[in-house]
Amino acid sequence: MDVGTLAFSALYQFGDAFAFLVLSACGLAVIFGMMGVINLAHGEFIMCGAYVTVSATHAGLPLPLSIALGALVSGLVGVLVERVVIRHLYTRPLDTIVATWGLSLIATQGTLILLGSTLAGVGTPFGSFQVGGYSYSVYRLVLFGAAVAVLVGLYVLFNATRFGVMARATIQVPHMAAALGVDTRLVYSLTFALGAGLAGLAGGLYAPTMTLVPTMGTTFIMEAFVTVVVGGADVFLGTAPAAAVLAVVKATMTSLYGQLFGQIGLLLAVIIVIRVLPRGISGFLLRERA
Amino acid sequence: MTGKTIRGLRAAALAGTLLLSIGQAFAADPIKLGVLEDQSGDFAAATIGKVHAIQLAAEEINKAGGIDGRPLELVIYDTQSDNTRYQEFMRRVLQRDKVDVVFAGFSSASREAYRPIVNQFDGLAFYNNQYEGGVCDANMIVTGAVPEQQFSTLIPWMMEKYGKKVYTLAADYNFGQISAEWVRKIVKENGGEMVGEDFIPLGVSQFSQNIQNIQKAKPDFVVTLLVGTAQASYYEQAASANVNLPMASSVNVGQGYEHKRFKPPSLKDMYVTTNYIEEIDTPASKAFFEKFKAKFPSEPYVNQEAENSYLAVYLYKQMVERAKSTKREDLRKEIAKGDVCMDAPEGKVCLDPKSQHMSHTIYLAHVNADHSIDFPKVWQDIKPYWLGEAGCDLTKNDPSAQYTPSNPPPKP
Repeated sequence: MDVGTLAFSALYQFGDAFAFLVLSACGLAVIFGMMGVINLAHGEFIMCGAYVTVSATHAGLPLPLSIALGALVSGLVGVLVERVVIRHLYTRPLDTIVATWGLSLIATQGTLILLGSTLAGVGTPFGSFQVGGYSYSVYRLVLFGAAVAVLVGLYVLFNATRFGVMARATIQVPHMAAALGVDTRLVYSLTFALGAGLAGLAGGLYAPTMTLVPTMGTTFIMEAFVTVVVGGADVFLGTAPAAAVLAVVKATMTSLYGQLFGQIGLLLAVIIVIRVLPRGISGFLLRERA
Repeated sequence: MTGKTIRGLRAAALAGTLLLSIGQAFAADPIKLGVLEDQSGDFAAATIGKVHAIQLAAEEINKAGGIDGRPLELVIYDTQSDNTRYQEFMRRVLQRDKVDVVFAGFSSASREAYRPIVNQFDGLAFYNNQYEGGVCDANMIVTGAVPEQQFSTLIPWMMEKYGKKVYTLAADYNFGQISAEWVRKIVKENGGEMVGEDFIPLGVSQFSQNIQNIQKAKPDFVVTLLVGTAQASYYEQAASANVNLPMASSVNVGQGYEHKRFKPPSLKDMYVTTNYIEEIDTPASKAFFEKFKAKFPSEPYVNQEAENSYLAVYLYKQMVERAKSTKREDLRKEIAKGDVCMDAPEGKVCLDPKSQHMSHTIYLAHVNADHSIDFPKVWQDIKPYWLGEAGCDLTKNDPSAQYTPSNPPPKP
């Protein structure tokens, strides 16, 4: 086995873990970082995206369009949830945890009752390629590309668009933004929808590679929360570096000692980070900069 | 009028319209059967059919006059794929509902969670699930297949067809660990070589690293002992990475009908030893499948656990009618005679008095590239011999323990 093959395989495993962490966490990070709401129904938005994607693909839509539709529908559900539930709880952040947890239970059980215990998969597109003695799935590279694209897209959205400026103003000093004519309720609504839509996107992207069951969201949850906790409140300075660090930890531990130690490694990393950097990586970076 | 019949009438009146239709034929108390199965959570896809199978059997039995003239009443709880729920509900059915018998459990973790409670209240539980074997407990009757039935048939057959290098990918809990031990033992006995083993925590859904490990070890086939819907994502991911190795399993297809859930050809060349799946093409199997679909038209699949559960109700009926009692010790006297047998949808099955496990017809199911199933081989009447040979004899004593090849029963 030559060095090139080994390096590629390590890189591939890192990229795979990185993509999973970024995609599962970014929706949660947007909602938590921008709004301070801890969304325990995050996994169910992921499930929603996956179910819509797969149903649309079964109905004949091409996969990329189905994934976009999955993200869109999740985003719309997000608007609805924000209007009906979350909006009334902005002054009671702890209660949003209970409310979103309740929503997640309702969504899981409701899906089970309405749509049954499982949905037929759609199969992974693009096939495989060969490097050295190993064959790899092409779609995994697509997932990595999507994760990077999401990070770049979010950066552009929040730093180079009017919505981004208004959103950041609203998050910093809500009453001042409102005084300057920003419709803060709309901004909150859109931000929550963005977070839900990103969760739906993650679900749609992973749908072809996974079992489709009402509880599928839970397999993303641990990684999502770990990444957000390590990253802290800022999406770019937090989620991206946190996912990179955790991906190295997870890929290394998994390849050396197996999946169990990959998970243990993730949780140990969290414990260490919150002990040393209580406000996460982004809190640390922002303090250094200030 | 005795107190018993008055109570019976009152119970019948309370049960109301449901029992009225089958009506006056039942003067006696109903026989209560507790059903603790996962109707939600990670395992639900494989286990909802067990509840339906029990309901089907109970309906048939009640229509035909009940068990020894007494109606069969089901007490059903959803255990939510959660071990602590099993413990709660097992206490509830034994203490408050005072059921005569309990049908309970999918995962081995759940079985080991409730088994001490069955022992504590000296109840009788049926475990209608294939598992890693070794439970030597007079309070338990096991109708599912065990490793000597599934692996001692499957592994040598695979080694002969594909080669002697074996890789095991197993769920990381008692079922996966002990099953992997069985695979190791049988591979060694047949002159093969284990080139790798990976244990996966329950709930893990991403397998890139494991796929690479397998490619590195270059086995002739992979034994997949993956459990739960999250872990089933392995097949899709392995197929998209073009691993392209034959697979052998005791749990897939027959339990989680992965060949129906995933797009072909991700399960191509998966071989499974199972005592029942709906594709089995015998008159008894067809008749069972049609009855099932008539009552539950939207059932996605009739799996081996559904058949185990269905036949277990009839087995219990037979034992009660022969013993003229629902007391556990009276029923066990019938089992000790060694002729508690029946013609099940899979073929003839018998209870083994020493271990209270069941003999099975074992079908080797092979998944084709289009996910249709064929059966390259059928083994008739495979007995659950290991516990009895290793020294478990429930007709003589009751250790209420679980044994494994590396931890056999103590020699007398």
